[in-house]
Amino acid sequence: MTRLSLVPAFLRRERSIIPGFGLTLGITLFYLTIIVLIPLAALVLRPWEMGLAGFWEAITQPRVLAALRLSFTTAFFAAAINAVFGLGVAWMLVRYEFPGKRIVDAMVDLPFALPTAVAGIALTSLYAPNGWVGQFLDPLGIKVAFTPLGIVVALTFIGLPFVVRTVQPVLEELDAELEEAAACLGATRWETFTRVIFPLILPALMTGFALALARAVGEYGSVIFIAGNMPLVSEIAPLLIVIKLEQFDYAGAAAIGVAMLILSFAMLLVINLLQRWNRRWAGA
Amino acid sequence: MAAFRNATPARPVVSESPWVKAGIITLSLAFLAFFILLPLAAVFTEALRRGLDTYWEALVEPDALAAIRLTLLVAAIAVPANLVFGICAAWAIAKHKFPGKSLLLTLIDLPFSVSPVISGLVYVLLFGTHSLIGPFLRDNGIQIVFAVPGLVLATIFVTFPFVARELIPLMQAQGSDDEEAAITLGASGWQTFRRVTLPNIRWGLLYGVLLCNARAMGEFGAVSVVSGHIRGETNTMPLHVEILYNEYNFVAAFAVASVLAILALVTLIAKSLLEWRYGAELAATARRH
Repeated sequence: MTRLSLVPAFLRRERSIIPGFGLTLGITLFYLTIIVLIPLAALVLRPWEMGLAGFWEAITQPRVLAALRLSFTTAFFAAAINAVFGLGVAWMLVRYEFPGKRIVDAMVDLPFALPTAVAGIALTSLYAPNGWVGQFLDPLGIKVAFTPLGIVVALTFIGLPFVVRTVQPVLEELDAELEEAAACLGATRWETFTRVIFPLILPALMTGFALALARAVGEYGSVIFIAGNMPLVSEIAPLLIVIKLEQFDYAGAAAIGVAMLILSFAMLLVINLLQRWNRRWAGA
Repeated sequence: MAAFRNATPARPVVSESPWVKAGIITLSLAFLAFFILLPLAAVFTEALRRGLDTYWEALVEPDALAAIRLTLLVAAIAVPANLVFGICAAWAIAKHKFPGKSLLLTLIDLPFSVSPVISGLVYVLLFGTHSLIGPFLRDNGIQIVFAVPGLVLATIFVTFPFVARELIPLMQAQGSDDEEAAITLGASGWQTFRRVTLPNIRWGLLYGVLLCNARAMGEFGAVSVVSGHIRGETNTMPLHVEILYNEYNFVAAFAVASVLAILALVTLIAKSLLEWRYGAELAATARRH
């Protein structure tokens, strides 16, 4: 039986007998507005004091463009490395048994827990020409610390848990019968993986990739120690914001910030669409 | 019979050959060793390079102690603030129906997708001397940016979603039957929360607070922008590490860093214990963050 009502469905709140709705929602909205929305509005509105032309000029300076390009390309490579190895780690943790597995599983979250500045100086000491790893790479002519390669290393560390933690639960939920059916129908193990398993975990893999990418684009603490910070070569966009602030160029700093926000959201949107398209294709 | 037995593969059809398996394990463990174990080992080795005495001296030096105190102070304000917010948000979102809920969820997640540097920048733009209310704040002697209030605000911003994100899915999964029963039996809203809801969500709450606290004490980018780097006054521990490192005082920098690394390890251990013992009482998404 349908009840006729003049009030549109989305405005009708289903009454709950649990009290405190007004109070808790009020506190939530107030706190959200004060802490997040007003400050972000202050950022988004700030560059417009120099007009659209001024904003465009501020973000198309060669130094700013180089920093944005560097931030996004290094983040992309780091996220790609994490997609490959993160899938391997997740597979290992779900499918195989080996001693110390629980500890390995727990340690995957270290990059979430370790302060970024600590990670930054530790990686720098490892990959400096006289460091534990650097001393072996230096004779080969591979310089990691103080080059864009070092940035990729730091961003790989930062993004490591994202792919593992998004793929792991999906692998755990995966129905063994699908793989058995594929094997019964004559598929080799490799075919089963590429044609049955991989399409099912692809959305999770892409989500993990996107999360790692988004995190890496904005990362600051772990990168500035290892990057060398040479303008036009190894200077990331967040660092350029800090430099602009130190020069009291507030509008310039805000312009780079807004550009980063727009680019990140555009990227997340594209990945979201890809995922939806992929889901429809997979018929899931 | 024999033919059948021969046709049976030596391993289940849904596993890889031993060589592939060994390869995946070796590569994955090597990757983790390079990116997790080595940096951790480097922190402690560098910190203890000149012996325990030098290590201890770096930690009890006045500026280091001031940094430790400030870090504790900032976390002591930011974590309870986000705890209260997280509980309120979860109560409103999980126990009630209202339009715009998914938009609200997206907005709560927003601080996670913003660069830490931008999280600090927004407060400099809002409260700095060149902002709209900057002159007003200056005339009244209120300092927010380059002072403790700015550090607290930036820390609250970056740790904003932690507790809410843990509690909302947990309370949604638990439903509201228990609370409805309590209300029907005549309990007040506060009694219902304290005696019915809180015992149900205590481990999830602890889990969220743990992660929130780790990030609050370790945050670097956001506080770096609002701090002004005044030694002994507006330097938190991560910022103190940076100053020492840039002064080429590596042993002291790694000594302070090692304290932060220990905090991270303790957080990881406590988090894993919670997952192992009370995994069923944590949100389904708990393992992911």
